[in-house]
Amino acid sequence: MNKNMQRYLLPGKTMAVLAILISVVGFMSFSFKNESAFSNAKHGAIKDSLESVRAFMDVYNVLMSPRCMNCHPSGDVPLQGDDSHQHTMLPRRGKDGKGIYAMKCSNCHQPTNLEGLNTPPGHPNWHLPPANMKMVFQGKTPAQLARQLVNPKTNGNKNLKQLIEHADDGLVKAGWDMGEGRTPPPMSHAEFKKAWVTWIEKGAYAPKGK
Amino acid sequence: MITLNINKKSYNVEVDPDTPLLWVLRDTLGLVGTKYGCGVAQCGACVVHLNGEAVRSCVTKVSWAAEQKVVTIEGLAEKHDHPLQKAWQEVDVPQCGYCQSGQIMSAAVLLRENKNPTDQDIDAAMSGNICRCGTYLRIRSAIKLAAEIQRKAI
Repeated sequence: MNKNMQRYLLPGKTMAVLAILISVVGFMSFSFKNESAFSNAKHGAIKDSLESVRAFMDVYNVLMSPRCMNCHPSGDVPLQGDDSHQHTMLPRRGKDGKGIYAMKCSNCHQPTNLEGLNTPPGHPNWHLPPANMKMVFQGKTPAQLARQLVNPKTNGNKNLKQLIEHADDGLVKAGWDMGEGRTPPPMSHAEFKKAWVTWIEKGAYAPKGK
Repeated sequence: MITLNINKKSYNVEVDPDTPLLWVLRDTLGLVGTKYGCGVAQCGACVVHLNGEAVRSCVTKVSWAAEQKVVTIEGLAEKHDHPLQKAWQEVDVPQCGYCQSGQIMSAAVLLRENKNPTDQDIDAAMSGNICRCGTYLRIRSAIKLAAEIQRKAI
């Protein structure tokens, strides 16, 4: 190689530094954007990070309401009431999320709601998430919760289709059949489902931030 | 007409299907060992076994217990010699005694599922049974003794 040609070629060291810089800038620009969990928009919908994130914020407000969050605690004792205090009697999650020994959820939570204030709300399948996948809502930021919800390793092994269907799960819907004296989630189930599906179909983006 | 299976006996009762099982046990069938405490599943005085689980009979509609297997304190052991009943006498657990049938019925589920419970296991299992006399330490001792009696009997 003659000297003229060498002038036009960058030395190996400079090339390496440039490559690292380009990677770092690329990575940073990615991490400051809303983050999509899916490479392709499903069901024919077109990915739209703004619309997806806007819908997720409605979802987030519902999931963080006591009717949803109380059974997705950060510890192993469920929460209770509109102020999300620890459940009286301190029932434990247990391996399968259904309680332990004489303190199983269904010992008090019957198949249906009961009449009257302060009576246990009911559903035939009352439980917390199991011990091996706690699916915690309490204390999660919107970004953390969105990422958790779309990851099969942290969302109960659900794929995109199952995640959409989960909006109609009986125990999810029980959040809107909360029994006397309990505040409902901040929007109707129909509105929630619309936001849930929009969030997912528009790309299941996680909002910015940690 | 609702058919109930209680302590291995069959009963036909003419009651509203929404009646709490507790009222049927006490008022219709005269099985008064099970007590009324709070009526909203908060205290544990009314615990009976429904298909082996320690349900609160004050919030269990009788229709849910129809054709199921119900066991009350009267039927826990035919001769009232369940290891827990022996231990309860040995340790002299009760003070006023009102909560004790519920305590024993809850403890029976614990001992069925855990033959050698620690203090922590006992506290976790029994935290839904309130004793206003505060006999908790004697309850804990009696459960440990009952576990020992049960292990020796096997």
